[in-house]
Amino acid sequence: MQLPDAEQLIATLAESMRPKVSADTCLVGIHTGGVWLAQRLHALLGLSQPLGTIDVSFYRDDYSAKGLHPQPQGSKIPFDVEGAHIVIVDDVLYTGRTTRAALNELFDYGRPARVDLAVLIDRGGRELPIGASFCALTLPEALPAGQNLQLERDDSGALTMRLIHA
Amino acid sequence: MRNPQLNKHGELQHLLTIDGLPKGIITQILDIAAPFTEVAEREVKKLPLLRGKSVFNLFFENSTRTRTTFEIAAKRLSADVINLNVATSSTKKGETLLDTVDNLCAMQADMFVVRHESSGAPHLIAQHLENTGRDHIHVVNAGDGRHAHPTQGLLDMYTIRHYKKEFHNLTVAIVGDVLHSRVARSQIAALTTLGVPEVRVIGPKTLLPTDVEKMGVRYFASMEEGLKGVDVVMMLRLQNERMNGALLPSPQEFFKVWGLTAEKLALAKPDAIVMHPGPMNRGVEIDSAVADGNQAVILPQVTFGIAVRMAVMSMLGSH
Repeated sequence: MQLPDAEQLIATLAESMRPKVSADTCLVGIHTGGVWLAQRLHALLGLSQPLGTIDVSFYRDDYSAKGLHPQPQGSKIPFDVEGAHIVIVDDVLYTGRTTRAALNELFDYGRPARVDLAVLIDRGGRELPIGASFCALTLPEALPAGQNLQLERDDSGALTMRLIHA
Repeated sequence: MRNPQLNKHGELQHLLTIDGLPKGIITQILDIAAPFTEVAEREVKKLPLLRGKSVFNLFFENSTRTRTTFEIAAKRLSADVINLNVATSSTKKGETLLDTVDNLCAMQADMFVVRHESSGAPHLIAQHLENTGRDHIHVVNAGDGRHAHPTQGLLDMYTIRHYKKEFHNLTVAIVGDVLHSRVARSQIAALTTLGVPEVRVIGPKTLLPTDVEKMGVRYFASMEEGLKGVDVVMMLRLQNERMNGALLPSPQEFFKVWGLTAEKLALAKPDAIVMHPGPMNRGVEIDSAVADGNQAVILPQVTFGIAVRMAVMSMLGSH
């Protein structure tokens, strides 16, 4: 499969979000790829609220099967969730379970006015009724379950998509 | 011999003592505890990790702080917490420890937090659970006799790491009644495992275990010598209730020689921190001016204790 250019997808995603966000819109990146992406979008869209980050380790539904991540990063929500417009940002949308965990966690901080989801790539394979509000690329055919698509960052800060065969 | 605290995958199965616990597991507990400290700042101070699990606080010996912080930790993880004040219940009527445990297992217990005046009681329960094939039930030692108080030792390590960042360049002094202190034993095991190059114990010879230097520590017979240049001062409580016979002249006399005062603390490094596991005997092992002073981190220890107990329970509950 020809991997899409991440930098190009980021520009596309930012442009699709621009008419739908205001200066007060809050971004929350999901660790780790979603945080990198959220940092880019935050700069491109010129948002004024500080960036939030979520580590869904403590909200995962497979905790009893897979155990805890040995070094959870923790979540930092540096703005008031109550009444806010929030965009959850992740690199790849797959089963929807990570998004569900992030939503659950977010609501423990307060009641947002509206929550959107922005992703670079929708790879198909949803197991929950969850969809992205903003998506730069939807794969025409769902990626097989054994494969893993993720964002990577090099030392210069450049982002690329990588396909990992498990 | 297999470490009874680890399961066959090398994961934490019970927390019984810091002695013999691999460095990697100790570090993992501290790493997992770090993000838990933020939960208290949320509107909903709960995480769903132990949702639907039942945690039994089994306290055969009185304790307020430890039992309360375990209860808060379990509740922040969404567990159901059942507090049994066993000191005043069935055992008084003659029920054995393991019969009590079996009965609570029949009530679908998932975890026991055990405090007992006899050393080894939590081990006995863990062994019994293993022998009867109940691998899904976990035991946390909340203090047994003079033996161990691992979560106290761990929260002390968390506190030191919080203020000092690293362990490999520290000099740490433990002061007071080491002989009767399960806390001291857990602290020494944790400090040496984490690579603290110099652990000192300071106190009257009558309150030191005879083999104290075999634990890898240096003994000092005076506060003036022992506190010189240390980064961390860990005070111990004078355990009046565990002392029978005349090991000491009087609390006043003890304070004069071994009590931590501002003058003595001035011998330590200027940025040294002062710790105490509580409850404090003011004017016996520590002067109020020090206990309330700006080098004391005694109340942060209590707060960090919740996060560390959450980390332990969530690791146990994850398998």
